[in-house]
Amino acid sequence: MSADLCELGFLEAADALAKGQMTSAELTAALLARAEQLEPALNALTWRDAEAAQAAAKAADEARAAGDERPLLGVPIAIKDLLNVKGQPCTAGSNILKGYTAPYDATVIERLRAAGCVFISRTNTDEFAMGGSTETSAYGTTRNPWDPERVPGGSSGGSAAAVAARLAPAALASDTGGSIRQPAAFCGVTGLKPTYGRVSRYGCTAFASSLDQVGPMARTVEDAAAVYQVIAGLDSHDSTTSARPVGDCLADVRAAADLKGVRLGLPKEYFAEGLDPEVERLTRAAVEQCRELGAEIVDVDLPHSRYGIACYYILAPAEASANLARYDGVRYGFRAGAEELQEMYEKTRAQGFGAEVKRRVILGTYVLSSGFHDAYYLRAQKVRTLIRGDFDRAFRQCDAIIGPVTPTAAFRVGEKSADPVQMYLGDIFTVNVNLAGICGLSVPCGFTAAGLPAGLHVVGPAFEDARVLTIGAAYQHSTDWHKKQPEI
Amino acid sequence: MAMNFSENADRMDVRYVAGLARIALSDEEAAQLQGQLDDILAFVGELKTLEVEGVEATDVAGEAQNAMREDEPQAGLPREAALANAPLARHGQIVVPKVVE
Repeated sequence: MSADLCELGFLEAADALAKGQMTSAELTAALLARAEQLEPALNALTWRDAEAAQAAAKAADEARAAGDERPLLGVPIAIKDLLNVKGQPCTAGSNILKGYTAPYDATVIERLRAAGCVFISRTNTDEFAMGGSTETSAYGTTRNPWDPERVPGGSSGGSAAAVAARLAPAALASDTGGSIRQPAAFCGVTGLKPTYGRVSRYGCTAFASSLDQVGPMARTVEDAAAVYQVIAGLDSHDSTTSARPVGDCLADVRAAADLKGVRLGLPKEYFAEGLDPEVERLTRAAVEQCRELGAEIVDVDLPHSRYGIACYYILAPAEASANLARYDGVRYGFRAGAEELQEMYEKTRAQGFGAEVKRRVILGTYVLSSGFHDAYYLRAQKVRTLIRGDFDRAFRQCDAIIGPVTPTAAFRVGEKSADPVQMYLGDIFTVNVNLAGICGLSVPCGFTAAGLPAGLHVVGPAFEDARVLTIGAAYQHSTDWHKKQPEI
Repeated sequence: MAMNFSENADRMDVRYVAGLARIALSDEEAAQLQGQLDDILAFVGELKTLEVEGVEATDVAGEAQNAMREDEPQAGLPREAALANAPLARHGQIVVPKVVE
């Protein structure tokens, strides 16, 4: 029985709770028991507190018994260890925040809490979300549930692995350059990077503020959409959030059955050198499937896409160097012993940050420094304008763009950790979406011969998140890749 | 004043920049970072081949604009809650090493 409960999706669980087929306490206990069994080998979670989760589940059951009919009451969700949940640790996968307890709820957490969700566990992440494999986490690498020798992707590898391994029906994650979509593709789950400004980042540990966006991961598009609907919308604590109404797309997403009248753009730049032949074959098969569902496939050009990674690896480290200046050992987190203030800063940051974070903070400091700012930072901001322009032009010819999420399926643990540039190149199809501030969805589109999942990328114009979800759902409803599960 | 950076703009003085970022580096770390950052700078240097004359810079994508609200006092974190995460606190304040002699 308990194994079956772990199979329930986010909305299925909500439905079963509403019908009284189980209690939140039973579901929570089953998920925690599964975590007990699969951790620490999987290492998807950085923290869980069975007693606290059980107490929250029980409180939800009692509220339901007393007549509370909130649709998501008692549904568990896992949270990336980057988002503040009051009373829980929030470390961003870093030693510099070990021992930190969140004194408040992030806005997205406040909204899920108001909806009645149970925060069952915290998921592993690359340190400060800087990485594409979870290997930079102070907690060590999360394993890919489809092959423990391989990475789950990153930075939200813990959320992706937890959802794929049925430790939670859904998870929150964040995406600065691909950190939701790439691990979703590597782990065979569905992940949405919402439009910049659609979801509040208040209470989300900042990495690169002009790029960061919080979004859902789940096993179906419906479940991702259901979480998205709760967390999206204007927030007075994040001035970048838009006042545009979020609307309700869940009915459309559920009903999505074909793609008649939908024009999908296929950028030739996404099928160039560097794309693994197997991933290309799976992506092209998915494109054909979309055509069979009635979509018109049109060729589009994104001529500046090849500059995206270089642009991103100037802008994101620059912003990170400013955002991470706050970790100085003074107000929270780890402090190294020192006689004098300057020494305290330097030792705290030397001992508290891992190698990748140091690399990016130093790089960011350099590109912002006097004499180099115009050559690197300002130039990258101009290239960003060119990349946005590519998408603006492409979206005049199509409703959404489709292509691969990643150039390869999940790579082996350790395979790329010694060569940062190789690791960065894995973001080639995802970073441009962040640079342009638009939305992107990853849906499972098949498996390589080695049994590793691949993802189909559906990219839409700004604030057309409902459109990419509906297109992704129409595709997903015609396949069963998302129903396969790893044997672990 | 001595050159803070090497003559070649694409090879940074890692130790100097790490100092600006308030990160102490061991010799081993500095040597490893030097090689990796040289590679990264060579890679991002690709942008120099693009013509960007007359292109406007994008700082934040999307429709973000200055958001104003009524200037009304709102409750912040209580002092105890803010201090609970401080490495060292005394008398309701954060303690740091002496700054002024």
